[in-house]
Amino acid sequence: MTGFARRLAALVLPPLAVFLAVLAVWHVVTVRFDVPEYVVPPPGGVLDAAVKSGAKLARAAWLTGAAALCGLAVSVVVGVLVAFAFSQARLVRRAFYPYAIFLQTVPIVAIAPVIVIWVGQEFRSVVLVAHIVSLFPIITNTTQGLTSVDRNLLELFRIHNASRLQVLLRLRFPNAVPNTMTGIKTSSGLAVIGAIVGEFFTGYGESGQGLGFLIQLWGGQLRTAELFAAIFASTLLGLVIFAAASLVEDLIASRWRD
Amino acid sequence: MSSPTDNAGTDAPLIVADGAAMTFPSGDVRALAPLGFGVGRGDFVSIVGPSGCGKSTLLRLVAGLLRPTEGTLMIGGRPPQDARRDDANALSFVFQQAALLPWRTVAGNVALPLELEGAGRLDRRARVKEMLELVGLAEFARAYPHQLSGGMQMRVSLARALATRPSVLLLDEPFGALDEIARQRLNEELLRLWSHDGFTALFVTHNVYEAAFLSRRVIVMSKRPGRIAADIAVPFDHPRTAALRAEPEFARLCGEIGAALEKGSE
Repeated sequence: MTGFARRLAALVLPPLAVFLAVLAVWHVVTVRFDVPEYVVPPPGGVLDAAVKSGAKLARAAWLTGAAALCGLAVSVVVGVLVAFAFSQARLVRRAFYPYAIFLQTVPIVAIAPVIVIWVGQEFRSVVLVAHIVSLFPIITNTTQGLTSVDRNLLELFRIHNASRLQVLLRLRFPNAVPNTMTGIKTSSGLAVIGAIVGEFFTGYGESGQGLGFLIQLWGGQLRTAELFAAIFASTLLGLVIFAAASLVEDLIASRWRD
Repeated sequence: MSSPTDNAGTDAPLIVADGAAMTFPSGDVRALAPLGFGVGRGDFVSIVGPSGCGKSTLLRLVAGLLRPTEGTLMIGGRPPQDARRDDANALSFVFQQAALLPWRTVAGNVALPLELEGAGRLDRRARVKEMLELVGLAEFARAYPHQLSGGMQMRVSLARALATRPSVLLLDEPFGALDEIARQRLNEELLRLWSHDGFTALFVTHNVYEAAFLSRRVIVMSKRPGRIAADIAVPFDHPRTAALRAEPEFARLCGEIGAALEKGSE
């Protein structure tokens, strides 16, 4: 357990130190040069706003986090299935890979309106945006894991007359687990960004307000301190989800290591 | 099971190569010139040769992982693929690397070939226990491969290969990456397992001493395209012990194999 604590500390402490340093500089600059609060509020003002809107922010972060995680979960399922199809036939890979790249390169702000038209302004449309931006890394990493199996191990399975299914379940899929985890880690940050961008465009209608909605609302009203609080809440949300994914990846990698 | 020394050479050879040759289509590389040899049931035969002479290719032909582009290679009168399909225990292969599944425990790795051929859970458990005791790794059953030394990983690999009670064991420079002490220990271990289980062993190495210590017969191959440069009988009695390495007769035989190897490399 101390190893776990040390890993956690090594993960959290260095970025925390940078954060505190930035806060200090920010405070000195805003107070010293008397910067108007609607341009850059001092850290204290942001903290006040965060406390005042705390409940609202927490509800929003919860909703956005749920949408991001749902999108990520869908990406894991779809990504692994697509990677499986890619690993089975080179023709499939050649035929569909350009469209997988399309997912990576299409500006999500450009297709979000299309999603609103098709799916409406609902939770599931935000999930869909989070899913689209978080799919690609899972596909590529998992495909890599499924196809880059040690040649000797493939020969071992052949010598013992393994069926295609046995090779898949006992060799290829377990071999791909660390790769898939790396993909999930990369995708976790993207899913949060995707959820927030999705909320910019779709919101949740009557059912609630996510961080993306609050950012847009407060930005429009020049409530800069609240806006900053929402930005920090978004960052924190992304960080928490990314840290959780990294932790799981570490635990798995320690068992999968060669 | 009768002891291998009683069995060896008493009936038709188990493995027969008849003009078997291998040319790889990519780049038209001729790896093996036509080869003819037989290996008796229960025999222990080593193949030595310079790097790149096609030793590993030959072993992969016997395993049925490759098919000869000319001639035939048979195990018990059948092509290796058929022998494997008809009898799940036909053969096992030990690779240069231990080639263990890193996500499985030692016991899980040894159980793998039994699982692949559909052995029942209880049979599997009993056999894994037996094998781990045989290679002295019983207390490491629940360890993961990365927690073991190279020599221990290779023992797991041996236990896995022998778990199915194969009639033919193919070994492709399995101890090449180990230090000399670990290699000698594993050589003695392998001989003990051989007299215990009575499999037919085909052992590829570039180490003359290892070949002489282990085998009843050493086939020396020339450089690529590999052909048989010499076929040398090793007359020492079994069971052999570490003391054999200090015998003058052993040194003389190693010299003979070394000379044949050098001649074939020219």
